[in-house]
Amino acid sequence: MRRNKTINLIITGVGGQGNILASQVIANVASDEGYYVIVGETYGLSQRGGSVMSHVRLSRGIECGPLIPSGMADIIIGFEPLETLRVAVQYSNKDTSVILNPRPNYPIGVLAGDLQYPALDEILDNLRKMVSSVRVVEATELASKVGSSLVQNMVMVGCLAGSSLLPFKLKSFEKVLKAIFSEDKLRLNKKAFDLGIKALKNT
Amino acid sequence: MDYLKANTPGKRVVMIGNEAIARGAIEAGVAFSAAYPGSPASEIQESLCRVADDLGIYVEWSANEIVALESCAAASMAGLRAVAIMKQNGVNVASDFILTHNLVGSPGGLVLLVCDDPAGLSSTNEIDSRNYARFADLPLLEPANAQEAKDMSRWAFELSEELALMVILRSVTRISHARGTVTLGKISRRRPKAMVRPGDRYISLPPTPEHDKLHGKMERAQKIFEGSPFNWYLGPREARLLIITCGTGWHYSREALKILNLEKKVGILKLGTTWPLPERLVTRHLRHAKEVLIVEEVDPFLEMNVKTIAAEQAGSGVRIKKFYGKRSGHIRGEFRPGVGENNPDIVIRALSKITKIKYPRPPKRLRSLPDIEIPRREVAFCPGCPHRASFWVVKNALPLDDRGGFLVGDIGCYSLGTGRTGYYLSRTLHCMGSSLGIASGFGKLDRFDFEQPVVVVVGDSTFYHACAAGLFNAVYNRSRFTCIVLDNSATAMTGFQPHPGTGQDARGSPAPVVSVEAICRALGIEPRTCDPFEIEQSLDTLRELMEEGGLNVLIFKRTCALLEIRRGEGKEERVYIDPRKCIGDACGCARHCQKFGCPALIWDEGAEAAAIDEVVCTKCQACLQICPKGAIRVEKK
Repeated sequence: MRRNKTINLIITGVGGQGNILASQVIANVASDEGYYVIVGETYGLSQRGGSVMSHVRLSRGIECGPLIPSGMADIIIGFEPLETLRVAVQYSNKDTSVILNPRPNYPIGVLAGDLQYPALDEILDNLRKMVSSVRVVEATELASKVGSSLVQNMVMVGCLAGSSLLPFKLKSFEKVLKAIFSEDKLRLNKKAFDLGIKALKNT
Repeated sequence: MDYLKANTPGKRVVMIGNEAIARGAIEAGVAFSAAYPGSPASEIQESLCRVADDLGIYVEWSANEIVALESCAAASMAGLRAVAIMKQNGVNVASDFILTHNLVGSPGGLVLLVCDDPAGLSSTNEIDSRNYARFADLPLLEPANAQEAKDMSRWAFELSEELALMVILRSVTRISHARGTVTLGKISRRRPKAMVRPGDRYISLPPTPEHDKLHGKMERAQKIFEGSPFNWYLGPREARLLIITCGTGWHYSREALKILNLEKKVGILKLGTTWPLPERLVTRHLRHAKEVLIVEEVDPFLEMNVKTIAAEQAGSGVRIKKFYGKRSGHIRGEFRPGVGENNPDIVIRALSKITKIKYPRPPKRLRSLPDIEIPRREVAFCPGCPHRASFWVVKNALPLDDRGGFLVGDIGCYSLGTGRTGYYLSRTLHCMGSSLGIASGFGKLDRFDFEQPVVVVVGDSTFYHACAAGLFNAVYNRSRFTCIVLDNSATAMTGFQPHPGTGQDARGSPAPVVSVEAICRALGIEPRTCDPFEIEQSLDTLRELMEEGGLNVLIFKRTCALLEIRRGEGKEERVYIDPRKCIGDACGCARHCQKFGCPALIWDEGAEAAAIDEVVCTKCQACLQICPKGAIRVEKK
């Protein structure tokens, strides 16, 4: 990653998966490392079972706007495969790196039998055609192993931290986790984070 | 230490736009803050509530927006700095008061913080509340990012005091909900003793002289705005192509110029004070331009006001050959211009068209995938949401009654009842409390052979906000319908803020409970109460009330599932499908459970049977009553 280039990262998933917390961690790490940070988030109605995405933009020198222009995402962190594909279609380019949790969350139109959820292989094949790398991490299962499927977001943040896609030290992440989480929640989230670092190395 | 109350000027902090707005008010020494929750505005008051006790700020969640603003005006009349906070719809509610308060003003700094929601990401409309500034002759500030949101919010109180006039600060979703870097300023501890000064009167009679004084104040506001640091020009000295922009448009425009390599050719006049416009500043830059592109969000508000200046200054050196913007169709998304949200792609495309510089992104191959269709993801009630069960009850009650009955909707999470998750039941959806007025009208159509029973759904917070007058009207005029109050003990959609029925105030302290039941009884209606998770009993009660045919109130009482999880009231049980009882499509139930539409109740294609996604399931157990074979079971963990 060139030092002066703006880094555009999208975290995508479904409402309730902890997008905002994940982007908050990354934003704080970047700010501590001297970057200008802006994150465009999804709150409110659209969060109710809908698609959510956070646009995280890290820059030196000048601050960016809250939305990434189409085709300009460097990194996509996907908490859900279908949403990852949806975001990739609009925002990825041939150099984009994707880290993805393959566990599907079915839209209610699919549950009702009116819409088709594509097979995971189809989703991954299409993603691979579009971007430079797709790494798959079973984050929900890993999170369940440490005690709660809810912390899959921190597993994914761990993956990002361990990926060297961002020019930040692990220590900076750890410092932010300590600052954000209360003591009782830190243990669980830190465990999830550490598992994520390890899991990515095995992809 | 909470960065909102840290008196550490110069410290850089990452916060969302709404926190930055709150911090600005804190730095200004705000004493009184009243709000009604609504996305994208809610986090401002939540932030102030967080630090209210430590900083001695009075905070309240008001019953609605006009009461919030009126309360704040009282504090201002007593010389205090006060802030009323609401989303764009709230300004409509408060507008009656705005349009007389403007004529007389009040001495303590009074700021109306409004967050608009272009594209209606969390709203039933996308109105551009800037029009109120022009309509009511009030100064208008529009921040371009979190830092400016803080700085403007702080300055707005000084401006208001200088003019003895309410000031509007308009944010939008992408500013309010964007997390950005903010450099903190000093927190003012000024707190004058609250008192209405002898002789002070706040009466706009007769209105014409007061209206004239108001215009005088706006002339002063304009002079102040000419030198405002929130307005600036960036670009070559005599740019022939000039962008004039405000709010989100600043960053979008700047990025578009960078991407198209136009930074040395095109100038940007960025305005933070957009009503009244700083006319001299705008004229100065119009003089060097031949073409002007105006970049803003929703209405062509800035565009029309700039064009007025250009027309008036045509004789003094302003010769614009071509205006681009919403009117010309250059600033538009997938809809007509003047509709929807702005984004960087729109500005890049507009500039590319004007300058004829080709922009290759995004590659066409990315626009559509030939061999795969991406199913849309409709918004849905959360797993465990009581509303799903309530709508299921209504869905089953209406056909059983068989007179073509229908549902009248209102504003809240249950607005999703208009969509798949509410079985498309709600037939109307307008503004807060409108359901009672609409039902009141339907309930008087019997003399015109109208035979359909009318059922209303309204949430608890909405009931307190705007339903009283509709209900009074229905009682007084003997209208007939069944009003279901969906009481989930929270203003859930906007983030679980307390309301007059929750027994808690904005600081989390105990508060008197305004009881829906007692209100109904006082009006001569004996309300019935059911737990919507008791599906059969709820269904029977609703059918009974519909048949009875009078004016009835049925309260569906069940706490919001998210609120239960927040309080740590999650259940230890495990819900599962008994594979001996669920035999899939051979059952003949036509996958009845899938029609309930719970995201946790899925179909396992491999097993060809229903399945519970345990990661998503909240163990609410409402679905146990849905399966005709009783295949959905619970076990203790």
